[in-house]
Amino acid sequence: MGILRWLFFALVVRPLVIAFLGLKLRHRERLPRDGPAFVAANHNSHFDTLVLMTLFPLRLLPKLHPVAAEDFFGHNRALAWFTERIIGGILFDRSGKHRDPFAPVDAAIASGAIVFFFPEGTRGQPERMAPFKRGIAHLASRHPDVPVTPIFLHGLGKALPKNAWLPVPFIVDVLVGSPLRYGGDREGFMAALNGAMDALVAEGGFPPWT
Amino acid sequence: MTLPGPAVLWTLGGLYVFLIAATALARIGDPGGEIVTRIRSWWGIVGLFTVALLSVGWLGSWVVLTVLLAFVSFLALKEYLTIIPTRMADRRVLVWLYLAIPLQFWFIYVEDYGMFMVLIPIYLLLWLPMTMVLTGETRGFLNAVGTLQWGAMMTVFSLGHLAFLVRLPGDVDGGLGLLLYVLLVTELNDVAQFLWGRLLGRVRIAPRISPGKSAEGLIGGVLTTTALSIGLGALLTPMRWWEAATVGLLLSVTGFVGDLTVSAIKRDLRIKDSGAAIPGHGGILDRVDSLTYAAPLFFHIIRFLYYLPG
Repeated sequence: MGILRWLFFALVVRPLVIAFLGLKLRHRERLPRDGPAFVAANHNSHFDTLVLMTLFPLRLLPKLHPVAAEDFFGHNRALAWFTERIIGGILFDRSGKHRDPFAPVDAAIASGAIVFFFPEGTRGQPERMAPFKRGIAHLASRHPDVPVTPIFLHGLGKALPKNAWLPVPFIVDVLVGSPLRYGGDREGFMAALNGAMDALVAEGGFPPWT
Repeated sequence: MTLPGPAVLWTLGGLYVFLIAATALARIGDPGGEIVTRIRSWWGIVGLFTVALLSVGWLGSWVVLTVLLAFVSFLALKEYLTIIPTRMADRRVLVWLYLAIPLQFWFIYVEDYGMFMVLIPIYLLLWLPMTMVLTGETRGFLNAVGTLQWGAMMTVFSLGHLAFLVRLPGDVDGGLGLLLYVLLVTELNDVAQFLWGRLLGRVRIAPRISPGKSAEGLIGGVLTTTALSIGLGALLTPMRWWEAATVGLLLSVTGFVGDLTVSAIKRDLRIKDSGAAIPGHGGILDRVDSLTYAAPLFFHIIRFLYYLPG
């Protein structure tokens, strides 16, 4: 299955992200070199995950694991198989019925993974950022030594927004923030993360899309 | 396996000698600087085009070269649509612009001059507003229809002339010669204007649009390019020396104008580079801006002078 996953990323995902879309990456040097690490990004599109994973070299592919909503990506067996086996996703229970939805993330981090997390929880309105949920602070508090790198993505809401089926080529702006660490309280961590994202948004200076 | 004729091969050889010399000079003069990155990107561009040019001889087919030029068009259009403000309502309309690329380059590939000339200036011009009306969104309509059509004209129609230029004479060496001529004259004109400006530049010529451009750079570039055009024109095209000199002068000045139009757009949008596709150069538009003027002008001049049917 590792080979299928490698082929899918080498022959489908990378050409799609690099040639069909195109990347304009700022502050590449702030990306984590290796796991364990968290990456927290804003969410607009199904392509977000593929773009984030393309930022890392293919040799790290076995360590890359995006967190995916179980109610959506675990909806049927085929989609769940694709999400887990090919994308390498960690199915995450958003309903709160599970006793500990973060347990599979803990396991991945323990094995040295780079885990991608969308703190907005959903894709929402195209090119608009919703407030971050506190789950990311909870995760960070469980792994205070693991860096959390904020990333601001712009353009994917134009390329493939929620409820659209037809992708349109747009170059994607990727702004990487400096890695944060959990400093002891959740409020403080959320403030730091929101501040970092706001700074990246301001640095991008993109006009609103209406 | 056949190769293009000696004129094309000698010119390519000369270009590589020039690149090696430039690489050595830059490494000594400014190691690790912006210019070194810029020249490294030139190696990539020249290498890619060499393979595409030679493939015409190897495969006996224009397909690789046509696809490469279509891809350059695609990258330029994508960059343009990314930097301009588009309307959410037009997201699907943009697909028609992208579809114009394979259609346009197909007409070039089958040498259908009539369709090549009318697809974008006529049919897209009529089709685009219709699809936009169907979205029902009137806010910003005029601005959107204007920017979208102009983008297609510059990145697909204008740049498409490069690919049709190859087919004009009806033989491999003639066609490759014309393409190589216009690419070299235009791009070396950019380089010459840049270098003369760096060396002697004092009088700003377009301070509001592009503060880096100087009168000395323009004049030095025009003289260099005119001289270069006489040599390359004799080697690669059927032009007589005074025709080559006049065309060189014209391409040098209009290349400068093409550069300024993209600079004006970037100023308007308050961005520095059109993209980040080519390390050291900025985006694709930053590199092909002068070609959007030079390619159609040279095409129609050379066609008028030498290749009018009948």
